[in-house]
Amino acid sequence: MRHALSLFAVLYGLWLALSGHYTPFLLAIGAVCAAFAVAVAVRMDVVDREGHPIHLGYRVPLYWGWLAVQILVSSVRVSRIVLSPRPAIDPVLETVPASQRSDLGRVIFANSITLTPGTLSTSVEAHGVEVHALTRRGMEELKSGDMDRRVSAVEGEP
Amino acid sequence: MILDILSWISIGVGIFFVMAGGLGLIRLPDLFTRLHAASVADTAGAGFMLLGFMLQAGLSLVTLKLVLILVFLVFTTPTAAHALAHAALLGGVRPWTRKPKDPAP
Amino acid sequence: MMFLAATAALVVTVLLALVRAFLGPTVYDRVLGVNTIGTMTVLLIAAVGFLMGRPEFLDIALVYALINFIGTVAVLRYIKRGRAQDAGEAP
Repeated sequence: MRHALSLFAVLYGLWLALSGHYTPFLLAIGAVCAAFAVAVAVRMDVVDREGHPIHLGYRVPLYWGWLAVQILVSSVRVSRIVLSPRPAIDPVLETVPASQRSDLGRVIFANSITLTPGTLSTSVEAHGVEVHALTRRGMEELKSGDMDRRVSAVEGEP
Repeated sequence: MILDILSWISIGVGIFFVMAGGLGLIRLPDLFTRLHAASVADTAGAGFMLLGFMLQAGLSLVTLKLVLILVFLVFTTPTAAHALAHAALLGGVRPWTRKPKDPAP
Repeated sequence: MMFLAATAALVVTVLLALVRAFLGPTVYDRVLGVNTIGTMTVLLIAAVGFLMGRPEFLDIALVYALINFIGTVAVLRYIKRGRAQDAGEAP
């Protein structure tokens, strides 16, 4: 129920943001459309903790802030490699251990890895993520487990 | 005025990352290394450029739409990149590696 | 002025990605090139919208961002299915 209500709020907010016209008729149509979409989603049984993870709460924006800094740092690093006359690359393909307990946590971890330039997740398994890294240094930083710990902290109690 | 300068700087940084990504797409030796270059253009380039547009637009529905574009891009690009890398590995593309004899850079 | 520079840079990047899509060599390189063209097109639509003073273009950019993702995944599924059936595996 909580998830359905929050999904309705998100959909109706999207309608308000994209419409830009606020007459009573259009507001009512928007509410009907959002309610219909939620009803269909509930019937499809996709409105749950995994599809609509509101239980993560305030920890997600904090994590995004940290991730944005990581993306900036590694973007500068990859750009420097690309622009150097002889690209100093040393690609490696290895498995990085993942300590998350739920599928959702592992998906967040793998997507964070891919979102950061220089590392790319190629396959997600039960206890690890197979990662392709542009440099050996990037792989070692990932293996030190900082990002893994932070994602596990965001995930919280399963 | 200050906002104008900030947005110009942000768009400039975005231009730099987008161009670096495009250049890497041509220069790097194989699919996986090119994916890294493309992700520079997709995340840092797009992020800074959209941030610059937001600072130009000020507080309005336009900014909200730019935020929505950024959120969609941030959710979809890693999924597409992961799907591409996974499909390529399954399809038999082997990652390029530095030859053992080559001196480390 | 800055929007003009952004538009020019995006057009150049689209051309670079187009070269990659033409050169290949594998089909995945081509998909990567097309995917990058898609992301750059989203930014290009937004930049041109600002350049011409018509922010309504952003709605189109928003829709294009979603279509681009679905298009890439659909093409990848199509390639994977073709290969999987060749190898005699279940799809």
